[in-house]
Order: sequence, then C-alpha cells, then structure tokens
Amino acid sequence: MTATAPASVPDTRSARTYAAYSRPLWRRVLLTRESAIIGLLIVVIAVSLAVVPNFDSPLTVTYLLRDIAPILLIALPMTLIIITEEIDLSVASVVGLSSVMTGILTQAGWPFALAAITAILVGTIAGVVNGFLVTVVGLPSLAVTIGTLALFRGIAVGLLGTTAVTDFPEFWSDLAKDNIPGTPIPGIMIPFVVLAIAFAILLHFTPFGRSLYAIGLNKEAASFSGINVGRTKFWLFVMSGAISGFAGVYFTLLYSNARGDNATGLELQVIAAVLLGGVSIFGGRGALHGVIAGVLLIGVLGSALRLAGVTSDIINVITGVLLVLSVVSASLLAWLRRRRISAIGKKKERELAASSS
Amino acid sequence: MFTKQRSRRFGVAITAAAAATVLALTGCASSGDGGGDSGGDGGDANLSVTFLPKNLGNPYFDTSSAGGQEAVEEFGGEFAEVGPTEASPTSQVSFIQTAAQQGVGALVVSANDPEAICDALDEASGAGVKVVTFDSDTNPECRDLFINQATAEGIAKVQVDLIAEQIGDEGQVAVLSASANATNQNAWIEMMEEELAASHPDIELVEVVYGDDDDQTSFDKTAALLQTYPELKGIISPTTVGIAAAARYLSTSEYQGQVALTGLGTPNQMREYVEDGTVTAFALWNPADLGYLAAYAAQALITGEITGEEGDTFEAGKLGSYEVGADGTVLLGDPYVFDADNIGDFDF
Repeated sequence: MTATAPASVPDTRSARTYAAYSRPLWRRVLLTRESAIIGLLIVVIAVSLAVVPNFDSPLTVTYLLRDIAPILLIALPMTLIIITEEIDLSVASVVGLSSVMTGILTQAGWPFALAAITAILVGTIAGVVNGFLVTVVGLPSLAVTIGTLALFRGIAVGLLGTTAVTDFPEFWSDLAKDNIPGTPIPGIMIPFVVLAIAFAILLHFTPFGRSLYAIGLNKEAASFSGINVGRTKFWLFVMSGAISGFAGVYFTLLYSNARGDNATGLELQVIAAVLLGGVSIFGGRGALHGVIAGVLLIGVLGSALRLAGVTSDIINVITGVLLVLSVVSASLLAWLRRRRISAIGKKKERELAASSS
Repeated sequence: MFTKQRSRRFGVAITAAAAATVLALTGCASSGDGGGDSGGDGGDANLSVTFLPKNLGNPYFDTSSAGGQEAVEEFGGEFAEVGPTEASPTSQVSFIQTAAQQGVGALVVSANDPEAICDALDEASGAGVKVVTFDSDTNPECRDLFINQATAEGIAKVQVDLIAEQIGDEGQVAVLSASANATNQNAWIEMMEEELAASHPDIELVEVVYGDDDDQTSFDKTAALLQTYPELKGIISPTTVGIAAAARYLSTSEYQGQVALTGLGTPNQMREYVEDGTVTAFALWNPADLGYLAAYAAQALITGEITGEEGDTFEAGKLGSYEVGADGTVLLGDPYVFDADNIGDFDF
C-alpha cells in the first residue's frame, strides 16, 4: 500500500530520491540476493533432511562445519577485498605456507603455541607483501596475487619437500577437533563467530566499512572524499594474510599433517562462495551474512550430495552451475530494476503531461 | 500497483527457480542413493562395501574397483565407489566421513597420504566401519587390514626369472632404474643382485643406470647402454616409465628382438611393444585381483570371521584361501606376468 503512495501523489518534494529508501522496509530486507541465498540454503537443508538418508545425524553438522571452517574464515577478509574491487588469489598458498611453518617449527622443538603464532605472523607478512605490491607499487591485485600464489606455494613446498610433519601435541590437535561440550558444533566455530561479528561490525557499522563500498564503486570519488584508498586496501591484504595464516594452523591440526601442498585450490572455493553469497566481483556491493550463507550452501550441498552417493564430478558441476546462475541472476535483477525505474519515470511523464493539458 | 505486481512476479520467479533447482538436486539424490541406506538395515551383517580409490577416472583404479564389485556381487553385498577427482593428501577425508555417516559395513581405501586420513579413518572405525587399505597403506594402527599387492622379494624374483628365461640363463644384463635414490627400486635391485648371485651364476649384471623416471632420459640411457655393451643380452627396468621408454627405443632400433627387455609395466603402455615382439613378457600385479581380494577381506571383517590378527585365514572366492600376516597385512601373491596371450584382457 505504502509503495504506491509517493508515486500517485504529484511530486511536490525534492526530485531527488535515494535508491536505498525507494522501497518499503520489508522489501528492502527480504528481496535481496542475500535473503535469496539464505532462503535457498534453508530449502536445501530442509529437503536434505527429508530426502537424504543419514543427513540428520549430528555427525553431519560436526564434519560439515569442521571441513568448511577454513573457507568460512578466509571468506571474511576476502569479502572485504572483493568489495573494494580487488582480489586475493594467494590465500590458499598462505594456508600452505603457514601449515609448513607450523610443522617445521614444531618439529624443531618449539612449543606449539609459539610455532602457531610465528606461522600466523608469517601469514601476516605474506599479506604485507601482497598489500605493498598492490598499493605502494600500484600493480593490479589479480597479477600480484597470481604471482604470490606461485611464490608462497613454492616456498612452502621448498621448505618441506615432499615430506610431511605429522606429529603434533595431542592437546592442540584435540582442541582443533573437539566439539563444544554437549553440542555437535566443532570448537573452531567459537573463533569463527567472534571474527565474523568483528568483521560484520567493521564492514557494516563503521566509517572504515562504508569507505570500502565507496572505493569499490568509484575509487577516484572515494579518494576525493578523503578516503586513503591505498592504506585501506593495504590493511585488507594484511588481514587476509593473517586470517589465512590462522586457517593454516587450524588446517594443520585438523589433519595432523603439515605439507607444502596442503589446501591447494582452496582460493577458488573461497572466491566461489563469496560470489555466490552476493558480493559483486566488480566491487561496491555485498554483505557478510550473504557470504556466510554462500559458504554454508556450497558445504551443505556437497555434504548432502556425497551422502546421497553422487560422485564428486557431478557435485562440481552442480556447484559450478549454481555459481553461474547466481552471477547471471545478479545481472538479471539489476536489469529488471533499471527497466522498472525507467517505467516509473515514463508513467510520471505521462501523468504530468495529462495534468498540464 | 504496476510496480508491485512486477516485483511480486519476480519474487515468485525466484522461489520457483529455487524450488526447481532443489527438485533437480534431490532427483539426483534419490537415484544415486541405494548404496549405504538399504545395506544399513539388511540382514544381520551389513555387507555394504565402499571403495575409495586415490582418485576417480584412473584406469588402474577403475580396474581394481571392477574387481571389487565382482567380489561384492558374489557375496551378495552392496558395492559403491566414491572418490575425489584429484589425488591430494586431504581430499579423501570428506568421503571417509560420509561413509562413516552412512554407516557402511566396510571402507576399502587406497591412501593418498599415510597420515592425513588417519584421524578420519579412526573416527570411521569408532562408528563401526571396518577399514581395509589396498595398493597404498596408511599407518598400521589406522586400519584393520592392508592388502599388499606384492612383496619386494616377489617383485625382484619375478623380474630375474623372466630375464633368465628370455636370455637362456646366461650373458650380460643391465638395469634401467628410476632415480638413484628411489627407495623401492633400490631395494628391488639389491634383491635382484642377491637372487642372480644365488640362482643364476652365469648372468652378469654389468651396470645399473638411472633414467630418473623421465621418458627422454630413460630413452637416452637405453641407447647409451646398448652402445657401451655390445654383448648385452637383456635389460630389466623395474619402473613403468623406464620400461616403456626402453621398449620405444628397442622397437625402432636394430636390437629389436635381439636384446630382451622386461620389468614392471602396465598393459596399456606396453601393448604395442608386446604385439610387435620387442617385449616377450613383463610383470606387475593384477589390480582387478587386488580389488577382489580387498572386497573379500572386508566381508570377512564385517561378518566377524576374522579380526585382522596375524594368522587369521579367510576364503576369497576364486582366489582361494588367504592368511593374515604380520602387521595386519594380506599378500595378494606373486606378481602377475603379462604376455602376448593375456595382455588383451587388461585395460589399465
């Protein structure tokens, strides 16, 4: 009802309207890509519970969350980076490098906590290298991180060769695998939730977060409005490195295995999930709840299909189709909205013409 | 009104699309199902066996899984094959977890990494799944049984026997190996030397050369061997890359049919050289038998016929009776010899 009110009343107010407030609240909240993904996630879970045998066991929740935890973690900084129209392809190699550092230092007799902190620091330094090359040297992040993807992976494999470190203190590897007491939810979800809340506040409720959208939409305009574009992006790459380092330590403990080729290809899973979650690869749009739903959607779908005995090739095909559809639907939605807005404009013109004659 | 209708229609479209996707997905789901569930509550023993090779789409493992399926169908169980598309160390973990969730009777795994899948296998064992490894073992404490394709002694002996037969038990032979520090090959070569000294005193091993498991290097080393030792009567190449490269060199040279070649190779690589007479016979194990035996071992574990202790014996259909050796290992037997008569039966 309220939707039609401003259109039918001859426009006596300012001609300027704010796109974000042109629609009623319920529609702004519900008709978004984020809610579409969340809706799809709920439907997939409901159908899997009803149809797929053994999907309802608590083990499913444990295994699922445990396996996608590295993707969930890295998706947080990746969202921020993609919103600023950059990309970090080196995250999986940083996971591998951090995993190898954890292994080598533990093997050398360092206390595990110290080895883990050093590994996270190494990840952070990897992020500094990316950030430096992108912002100070001014190279495109796609080229830089393709380069560091190979570089960090090369260092990781070079340090440990084809061997693996597999002996880690029981206390720490249990900590990585154990569930929160009394629930089927793995303990890694605690640091994830804390980080997710921190990133959500940072992205959606701080001037820093708003500046990321501004940079993604138009970095010259953002720069002229007083945002230090270079420094902002630099910190995003550092964050990405640090979180990937942390994910590397977790990965190592989860599989009790430090190897140079750990987590190969993880970067594509992260980016796929972020894009599925409604973040635009052209920057300037996206929200964290959509991304988390995107990661969960890919994870739940994979888990349900595996349980149903679908082979991994077909699972890849389905995830790929889903991703393409989600990107296409974003363009389609934007096109429909443009058509609708121009239709409103024409209608107004006709009304004005009718009333003046 | 106009705007509202349109957006409502759009909303409906989204919902419909989502529903269609989900329907399509569950369509796949219910058709591919069968494996774990119906086996879960069938009879007193859960005879569902899931094969998890290193990766899918690998002819070697296609052959072993076909052997496994044959065995599972013989004893009336449910066969399933799952696996990752690439053989990375941790890619098998989610499939092991899935098998544990499905409550399959046994999981038959060829491990991509001896350690990385250990915890997942432990959890599966905890959920009542019997774990059999084949082809590539994990650490012994992570599984119930390992089906070993061949022992080092068996591999060394079959190659020495083949070359002795082909060159008339006397003359000079050389070895074309993988890299100089390849653990398996070095162990086999050492045993071949012992076997030659003990049983074939008239055969002289003149040199061991290393082709580094590189096709071109192996090809060049073969050429060099033949020039250095004009009296050379035979070459043993205990590596699949080496034997194929040596066969390629021999088949185009004047030495074809004059210098014998044997070793470890796969039928698909060696087929043309067996057919054109360059190679009379070579050895490897039969992956179909390996999968077949692994499936029967899984069945014996599920029914409680064996527990995986040393000395346990079980029947494996057409392969006969097997005994569990030290460290929960079952040996398939002597390596399999491929020649012109039987190579047509294999495709891996």
